[in-house]
Amino acid sequence: MNNHFYRVLTSKATRIAMLCLGLVLMASNNMSFAAIEEVRFEEAALEKRYQGLIAELRCLVCQNQNLADSDASLAKDLRKKTEDMLKAGKSDQEILSYMSDRYGEFVLYRPPFSLSNALLWVGPFVLLLLAATALLLNIRKRQRNEVLKSTYAKDESKHIKVRNLLNDAPSLRSEGDEKNSSDKPNKP
Amino acid sequence: MYRTHPSTTQSGEFSVKFLVPLLIFITLATFLGIGLTLNPRDLPSTLIGKPAPEFSLAQLYKPEETISPADLKGQRWLLNVWASWCVGCRVEHPLLNELAEKTTITLLGLNYKDDPKNAIQWLSERGNPYGLIAKDLSGDAGIDWGVYGVPETFVIDEEGNVIYKHTGPISVKALNEEILPLFDKAAQANSVSSNSAGGK
Repeated sequence: MNNHFYRVLTSKATRIAMLCLGLVLMASNNMSFAAIEEVRFEEAALEKRYQGLIAELRCLVCQNQNLADSDASLAKDLRKKTEDMLKAGKSDQEILSYMSDRYGEFVLYRPPFSLSNALLWVGPFVLLLLAATALLLNIRKRQRNEVLKSTYAKDESKHIKVRNLLNDAPSLRSEGDEKNSSDKPNKP
Repeated sequence: MYRTHPSTTQSGEFSVKFLVPLLIFITLATFLGIGLTLNPRDLPSTLIGKPAPEFSLAQLYKPEETISPADLKGQRWLLNVWASWCVGCRVEHPLLNELAEKTTITLLGLNYKDDPKNAIQWLSERGNPYGLIAKDLSGDAGIDWGVYGVPETFVIDEEGNVIYKHTGPISVKALNEEILPLFDKAAQANSVSSNSAGGK
């Protein structure tokens, strides 16, 4: 078993395949880093804010990427803009509103709560609440049914007794009971 | 007696409950269907109803002279953002040529992040529909205008406010039904018919 595994691992085809896989991994790694140009900040805190901001801002060309990951020319320009504004001493809020003033709230991955996007923010919680309520009501209803059934079962013996008594008093019998009483002998 | 009664209500409830998933599915399918027909690249511009962002840029053909939106105040005009490297611009260019030919609408070009040499070459091959062209070499003016997908076309009114934006190549339909109606009859002359290529 072990020997066989070793032979497979060292066979020519496997080695070539592994080499190819390694190359592909290396190439894709290089590509993901190629998007970011080197940006130098004097202070580490500024660098950290820069990384945070470009991760928070959407690239408008390739809409499902943020500025940090995008290689689009516009993303590059907006990264430069972010860098310049940070170096000019602007606050994070100022930079974010600079971007959303020009490109709309869509540029922000976490748009501020407003009337126009209220449904988006609150919607999932409303749905969760509705589902939880429905579940609770369903459980309650089931429990109530269970209780009713058990009380019914308890009463059934008394019920039969009453029926039997009624059968003995023909003057009190109604039509419906007559049908039931005809069923009686079949029941244990 | 009691045995027949509950079973009838149960079957009644069952048929209603049976419809619930179907209704949820129909609602979901409707919303997703609407979502599919929308264009995700067509973002609403934040500029609509707001003053056009200012810039003062050198002109493509006369680099020593500048042009700015303030120069055009008092008239309704079109701003078209284009570049020689932009494929969509080739698609809409015949329409702009026709617009320039058939109407008196002022059309300002914003040559976005382009090499002036390439831009001039591009226009000499395809014709120049623009009254004036501003050179935005750095792309800063583009950022101020919220440009993210060239070509983009804006309509600016007499007071200098942006009243319309179109992202991507303009089609004959967009031109005739959305852009031209914003201009008065005198400037429109006759609508652009374009059997000359256009948005094919």
